[in-house]
Amino acid sequence: MITLIVNLLAIVLAGFIIWWFWMSRPHLRLASGNAVIEVIIENGVYTPAHIEVPQGTPVRLSFERRDPSPCAEKVLFDGLDIALDLPLGEKTALVVGPLVPGEYRFSCQMQMYRGSLVVC
Amino acid sequence: MSEKKTQLLIGGMSCAGCVASVERILQAVPGVDNAAVNFAEHTAGVTGSVGVQALIDAVVAGGYEAAELKGTTDEAAEKEAAEFAYYRSLLKKALVAGVVAAPLMGMMLFDVMPVLEGGGRAFWAMVAVASLFVMVYSGGRFFTGAWKAFKAHNANMDTLIALGTGTAWLFSFLILIWPTLVPPEARHLYFEAAVMIIALINLGAALEMRARGKTSEAIKRLIGLQVKTARVVRDGNETDVPIEQVGLNETLRVRPGEKIAVDGIIIEGRSNVDESMISGEPMPLEKNIGDEVVGGTLNKSGSFLFSATRIGKDTALARIIEMVRQAQNSKPAIGRMVDKIAGVFVPVVLLIAVITFLIWFNVGPEPKMAYVLLTTMTVLIIACPCALGLATPISIMVGVGKAAEYGVLIRNGEALQRAGQVTTVVLDKTGTVTEGRPAVTNLIPSTDWSEKKLLVIAASIEAGSEHPLAEAIVAAANERGLSLSPAEGFEAIAGHGVRARVDGQSVLFGNRKLMDDYSIELNDLPDAAARLAAKGETPMFLAVDGTAAGIVAVADPIKADSKAAIARLYKIGINVVMLSGDNKATAAAVAKQVGIDEVIAEVLPADKSARVAALQAKGEVVGMVGDGINDAPALARADVGFAIGTGTDVAIESADVTLMRGSLHGVADAIAISKATVRNIKQNLFAAFIYNSLGIPIAAGILFPLFGILLNPIVAGGAMAMSSLTVVSNANRLRLFKPEGAQQ
Repeated sequence: MITLIVNLLAIVLAGFIIWWFWMSRPHLRLASGNAVIEVIIENGVYTPAHIEVPQGTPVRLSFERRDPSPCAEKVLFDGLDIALDLPLGEKTALVVGPLVPGEYRFSCQMQMYRGSLVVC
Repeated sequence: MSEKKTQLLIGGMSCAGCVASVERILQAVPGVDNAAVNFAEHTAGVTGSVGVQALIDAVVAGGYEAAELKGTTDEAAEKEAAEFAYYRSLLKKALVAGVVAAPLMGMMLFDVMPVLEGGGRAFWAMVAVASLFVMVYSGGRFFTGAWKAFKAHNANMDTLIALGTGTAWLFSFLILIWPTLVPPEARHLYFEAAVMIIALINLGAALEMRARGKTSEAIKRLIGLQVKTARVVRDGNETDVPIEQVGLNETLRVRPGEKIAVDGIIIEGRSNVDESMISGEPMPLEKNIGDEVVGGTLNKSGSFLFSATRIGKDTALARIIEMVRQAQNSKPAIGRMVDKIAGVFVPVVLLIAVITFLIWFNVGPEPKMAYVLLTTMTVLIIACPCALGLATPISIMVGVGKAAEYGVLIRNGEALQRAGQVTTVVLDKTGTVTEGRPAVTNLIPSTDWSEKKLLVIAASIEAGSEHPLAEAIVAAANERGLSLSPAEGFEAIAGHGVRARVDGQSVLFGNRKLMDDYSIELNDLPDAAARLAAKGETPMFLAVDGTAAGIVAVADPIKADSKAAIARLYKIGINVVMLSGDNKATAAAVAKQVGIDEVIAEVLPADKSARVAALQAKGEVVGMVGDGINDAPALARADVGFAIGTGTDVAIESADVTLMRGSLHGVADAIAISKATVRNIKQNLFAAFIYNSLGIPIAAGILFPLFGILLNPIVAGGAMAMSSLTVVSNANRLRLFKPEGAQQ
């Protein structure tokens, strides 16, 4: 009986991993057209990591790096060919767009810190 | 607080009316002297003795949003201090964890660990508390990071470390308080493993950080060239001001031994300037009135005044820094593919851990729980996506920096990768193989004509032309102090020459074809012309009133190091082709002097790009070398466009690579550095892939059924810490790379 329960739990866990990391849509932080979107980099993540912005206006982002790990020193927007150096303890601004609707992923160089900018 | 200029990014401005409102808010902040808002850019420039945060707070309080916009003059020292502080904190964390783990490891090695009974339980309870402290102090960041990433539907290195060590600690703690949960033979405790893994990972991160610092030395050196203060001449007085306060067209004084602050043009005085730090050009250059000077370079001998023509982010140095930085951050195709793998790596490892768990739980030997825990934990610990993700960018960083040291600016990682694949290098003749500054080399007058008379008429007819050869002839006449006569009825005959009336005489000036068309009797001049062409000079015939007056020969001197640089290209197996708009004989002569076998002469500027395309159609990977303006279409068409610059012409739009030194050695350097970098990336990727693809199955126990081998989780932790370090150290080897035959 215990064996069956443990097996079932492990399979549910595997299913949960697949659902959580691949299939479920992360919560998007909605930003208004003119706002500066403040993204804080701390403890290995971007907060907010997933941002939704309306199309037609430039996107204004401000990255505040509080994370001293060297992994956090750069943020790359691969599809947009943008790479920013982020000095520790400072806010670094970025203005892009207006962007074509779609999803623009951003990450650290090693793809461990990850986020997305959804233009819709 | 001193007077300074702050740039802010302003959010929430919906109309031009907001501009005045934000300006009012900023000007009301005590200490602000001036505030100007740019609506198009949504930025504000504020001067005054006031902190950035006060400005941001005021704007936010006013209902808008603000963030500081940083310039390129980052405080390198500040960054270094922050990095060092972090390095120290990592070492401290590693040390604390190590101090707790070491005695436990020793006891384990000598097999003197107390059993989980009686007094032994009290000992283990203390170990549990001590290890919990370490988990929180030294490993706390892994847990916070993992949790935050999880909430964002993300998984990273922290996830793996936190799950691996967390499971080990929790399982051990459960056994400690409830030993009967598992059979006696499965009652292994892993407190020391969890602590040791955290010690090793922190130590690895600290060492990696030190090694990483070295990878960005090239850009640090460039940033270090930036000057902090400048001596400006205002109202006749010379004062030192911070570099940010230097305005456009302001006059600046540079004394011997001082660095030039910004880009400009000399308006008084002369000197020798060492530009090696920017262009890699080893010899100091003589600078006179009207010559350009570049910010960051060193004034050697004289004192001079210059007018600032480019300041702040527009200076050559700032643009070089920006370009190198952007290139260092960019990734070639090889890196993008790896990113896709790295992006899903951690969740996949989590799934592998679950599968490992299931296999050992269902078909593993007894004590099952001990094996299940050991293998699952080791899988989580050994997997290292960082080594994989780091493999490409870290080598690109070093490679692009290395190229910059040789005066070679590479636009992006893609160009860096492609440069090494070039099979044919196409060189434009003028300005690339040669100096691009033609000069009169020979005057051969016919009988009854003098050199002087020949030159006067040739220069008089060419005075109205903008052709580079014409300029050389006029310059030669000016140098000799000859006075020219006006030319009337000037007519350019495309591809042949010119026709006009000078001093009432009918004058023809051009190539042999022009003379033949007008049936001019040339006597022995064609023989002289052939001899000149064979030496690489361009002979032009002058005829006055239907009679041959002589030959004016013009040549563009070959750059001193072209021959050696071309020999280097041949040596590394690259096919070299020279393109020239010149006649076949002259082009062939130049090619012969520099050792080029293949020449395509008489090519119109517009056809250069077609010639490149033709080579590409034959399967060649073409690197085109030319100047960034006339050759732009050909540079863009080529697989890799190399633009020959002159020290200040950085960031040439159509070029993948800018050779700041103006020497062809840069092409060979770029190709050699590209090959070395790509080789380095491949080594890194190979190491990272092999590490993960062997390490994970071994950790999961794949060798157990055959050989009874299981990996110790501590060994896995050590291996994981080492894998990133190996990749960074390998990339650092590139710093020592020297292209064969390189000049510097």
